[in-house]
Order: sequence, then structure tokens, then C-alpha cells
Amino acid sequence: MAAGNFEKYKSDGSLAGNALEWLDARFPATSMWKGHLSEYYAPKNFNFWYFFGSLALLVLVIQIVTGIFLVMHYKPDAAVNANGVPVAFASVEYIMRDVPGGWLIRYMHSTGASAFFIVVYLHMFRGLLYGSYRKPRELTWLFGVGIFLCLMGEAFFGYLLPWGQMSFWGAQVIVNLFSAIPIIGPDLSILIRGDFVVGDATLNRFFSFHVIAFPLVLIGLVAAHVLALHETGSNNPDGVEIKANKDENGIPRDGIPFHPYYTVKDIVGVIVFLMVFSAVMFWAPEGGGYFLETPNFYPADPLKTPPHIAPVWYFTPFYSILRAVTYPLFGLDAKFWGVVAMGASVVIFAFLPWLDRSPVKSIRYRGPIYKTLLTIFVICFFILGYLGTLSPSPMGELVSQICSVFYFAFFLGMPWWSRMDKFSPVPDRVTMK
Amino acid sequence: MSNQGKVDCGRRRLVVATAAVGGAGAVAALVPFVSSLLPSERAKAAGAPVEVDISKLEPGQMMTVEWRGKPVWIINRTKDMLDTLPKLADAVADPKSEKNQQPAYAQNDTRSIKPEIMVVVGICTHLGCSPSQKFKKGAEEGMPGEWLGGFLCPCHGSTFDFAGRVYKSKPAPTNLEVPPHYYMADTRILIGEDKKGA
Repeated sequence: MAAGNFEKYKSDGSLAGNALEWLDARFPATSMWKGHLSEYYAPKNFNFWYFFGSLALLVLVIQIVTGIFLVMHYKPDAAVNANGVPVAFASVEYIMRDVPGGWLIRYMHSTGASAFFIVVYLHMFRGLLYGSYRKPRELTWLFGVGIFLCLMGEAFFGYLLPWGQMSFWGAQVIVNLFSAIPIIGPDLSILIRGDFVVGDATLNRFFSFHVIAFPLVLIGLVAAHVLALHETGSNNPDGVEIKANKDENGIPRDGIPFHPYYTVKDIVGVIVFLMVFSAVMFWAPEGGGYFLETPNFYPADPLKTPPHIAPVWYFTPFYSILRAVTYPLFGLDAKFWGVVAMGASVVIFAFLPWLDRSPVKSIRYRGPIYKTLLTIFVICFFILGYLGTLSPSPMGELVSQICSVFYFAFFLGMPWWSRMDKFSPVPDRVTMK
Repeated sequence: MSNQGKVDCGRRRLVVATAAVGGAGAVAALVPFVSSLLPSERAKAAGAPVEVDISKLEPGQMMTVEWRGKPVWIINRTKDMLDTLPKLADAVADPKSEKNQQPAYAQNDTRSIKPEIMVVVGICTHLGCSPSQKFKKGAEEGMPGEWLGGFLCPCHGSTFDFAGRVYKSKPAPTNLEVPPHYYMADTRILIGEDKKGA
């Protein structure tokens, strides 16, 4: 299905036809259109869970477009202005109050950040449900994990820019995490900050990463993710390979062209998504203190930490895992092992294609072991996420330790428990439930 | 154009050598970029000592000044506060301040030059948050009943006594740092420098 196997366009003699023929002789226009849209055959049984890939792409576009316009007014400068307010903080206030429509663009961008993670988490959960990461789509999955990591970096750098209290102290804590690495840690954290404390140098480089470096990498990874997917073809809720059953023209019997069938279906998803997105943006842009945290409405004060600091909601499951590690090991502090556990909890997703040894892909044909463990895993993820928003407490610590142990056991035990399950027979063709 | 399976060894060596030299050049080109991430000369030059007048600091009060972008606390400790220190010898991780978190002249029971005046960097040694004041005893501060007063880090729950000593089994690995400082006069402190000739 790779681009290039399609005939070049032949003009019907009309002006438009001649123009297209001229273009197609010099650029793979029709072959790309056909290879990725009108003759890209996707399984006909996609369900609700298959909306989130295209929605993630939509949110990426929202973030890039709103970001371009925000940069026109935002100033990454930690110096204090004549009114005693840091310039960066004041420029965000200026966008919110004085730039016509600025408040809306800013809320689109801040709501978009949370929406991005909601959509991506659901997209990843789809992968867990239907075994989308399994052979032959391992590389698509790895690009996806890369996108997730990049997105976390993007969100972290972006959160510093308003230069509010939570921006400042959040960055202070996360950058100090790197100082826990033995030997190179302290110098590494200075290298990241560009100063001995979080300051103007830090703000400027985070701005650069947020608006140039990470978006470029992100777009590249997204392109690689889609290209790899279109090379192997999409998985589906039955986990059946539709390419195994082709008609006399070499077209999968269970496939339908992505355009117009799924483009139209995805428009329905886009409309519903934009309704929810707009509702949040207009009526609850702060997301109840979860999307924009209250202390961030105060300018950064390096002398005073807010009484309660917590990362934004999408980082809290991993933050809880960090806090759950309270024992030193092999002569290294608990702080270092916390950082290791937090890093591992994200990176471990990359190993899923090789950890899962079940003979079937989809949860539809997997047995009670997978269904139970996946349910507990999701519950643990939510509990960890909730605890990460709270102040530390002995009870919370214990619960987060139990959930963290389960979190890792789910992945590390997978080579064994994924084989032991009771499987039901997988049909030859996809089913339409 | 076919080589018919023959490899021109001289040409291959040339290719390898070119690639190696080019690779070394690419790595060398990283140097200016990485070094630009380090603190600038201006950042290194910042951090002049700060002079503080403590004549208006009443017993039981604390003031915060900025030194090298960090909060430095000056606490005028009452006798009650000082009396809590010996009682906590078993509760804190480093009661005798053996770890190098203070100049030699502050390595004593009160971690200070003058017993009542505590000068300490108000940055938690765990992940760099600034701990909050919890000066009152016990439940009045929302702390456990046996709490004798001190500081609580809001980020990860480390607790410190009135001498900045960290309690045992808390995430912070060491006591709060005492910066170099000396008394220019009875109520004037210079933070950031040791006494000349001392």
C-alpha cells in the first residue's frame, strides 16, 4: 500500500485535469492521496475507541495554531517590570485582558494541553484493549511512546512559561530530580537550568524547547507513527489481520477506504469532541483547578513555596510513583530511586510488544486474567493520579506504594500471566458488534 | 556500473577515514552548543553578599532575604524555641550537624554564631521547595500532637526543627544549609561571606 504503486494521473483535457497531470508528474500527489486516504484500506469494524488517533492529530493542530498566535504577544522574561511584576507573567495577563480575543486563544491552548493528554491516554488504552502494539505494529507503538515522552516534555516546558507560582516551583522540583543522579546529577541540573537557581536563563531555554525543538520532533514522530501504521495497516477490535484475506484485486475483504468512510466517521467524533472542548473552554477553562492551578495566578516568588504544590493532573500518576519510593537501596538515596521508578513507569510502555506473550491480540478473545488485571491496572492508574494531586500523608503513601507495586507487576509479570489465560477462538474475519 | 563483487580496499579505507573524520567534526561541533547551556558569566558573577539589619527582628520572629536567588531566613529564636533543640536529639537525623551543611563556626548545638539568631537557607534539601513556618506546638499547626515547632516542607512533607535539622525518615537527606555569614556589627549580618581572616 506504500505510495508510489499507483498510476500517474492522466488528464481528461480540461484545464484542471492538465494542471493535476503536470503536478502529478513532478510530485507524488495522487499516489499519496490514494496510499494514505482513498485507497488506504482500514478494517470496517472500527468502534468508539478508534476516534482518538484522529482527535490527537486535531489537538496537535489546535496547539500549533494557537501557539503561533500566543508567541506574538508573550515575552519570556523573568525580569521585574516597572509595576514590580515579572515581564513573562505580565505578558500572559496582557494576552488575557488587553489583546483582542487573546483570552480565547490562551484558553484554547491551555485547555488543549489537558485535552491532548485525555485523548492520548484513551488512544493508548485502546492499544491495551485490542493489542495494537503487537507484531507487526511494534514500531508504530514505539513511535507512539516517543510521542508520549515528547508530549510530556512539551507540557512541562510550557507550564513554566506563565511564570506563576506553580510554574516556578514545579520546575524547581522537577529539575532538582535530576540532581539525584549520582556523580553527574548536580552539574546536570545546573546545565538544565542554565543557572544555579530557576531563573531567566531557565525560562528562555524552556521557551525555546517549547516552541521550536519539541514541536519539530513531535511533528516528525507523528509523521513516522502514521507512516509506520499505514505500512502494516491498522489493527481492529477483533485483532484480526485483514490483509490475510484479500479479494481478487488484492484488496482486503474486511477493509474499506479510509476516505470517505473514516474521514466522515471521524468528523462526527470531531464535532462531539469540539462540543465538549468548547464547553470546558468557555465555562470551566481552569478545569476546577486541575487544568490551570490556582497558585499559578500569582507571579513566581522564589522566596515562598505555595502551601500546596502538585503537578498538573496528567503527570500525577507518575509523580505518585516518585513519591511512593521512600527506601534507600544499594547506598543510594530514596530520592534517586524515586526518579528511576518514575522514569521506568513511563518507559516501560515501550516494552509492551515484547512483554505480551498471549496468542491473541484483542481483549475480546482473552480470558479473565487479562480482563481482571487490566481493570486493576486502570484503577491503580486513577488512584495514583488522584493521590498525586494531594499533599503527602502516611495513608496516601501506603496506598500509592501498593498501587505502584501493582503497576510494575502488571508489566513485569506479563510474560507469564499473559500466556496462562483462557483464550477463546479468534474468527477468520472481523465481526461487527 | 558493477564492481563484480570486488571491493576496492583502498577506496573503502578512504570512505571509513572520511566518515570517522566527519563524525569527529560533528561531535566537536556540539561543544559550543552544550557550553552555551552552562551558566553564563553574568550568572556566575551574580551572588554578591547581602547585608541585613536585624535590629527590628523581635524574639520569635523570622525574616526572609534573597541571596543568590534563594530565600535566606533569619530567625530570632526565643528561649522556648531553643529549649526544644536538645529534646529532639533522638528525633532528628543529624543532631550534631556532622554532614557538611554549615560553616565550621555554625557546627554547634544551635547551628548558629549567636545562640538565638539562626541564619539558614530556606530551601529544602530534598527537591528545593521552601518549607513553611509551623512555629506553634502540636495540633495548633495541624501537625501531630508531639510537634515542638519548626518547619514543614509542603512538597514532600519533610520536617525541620528550629535549627533547620531534618527529622528522621523524611525525604530530605540532610539538614538545611547554613550560608557563610558574619556579624559586621551587633545587629548587622553580612550573608554570603565568611569573616575576613577567620
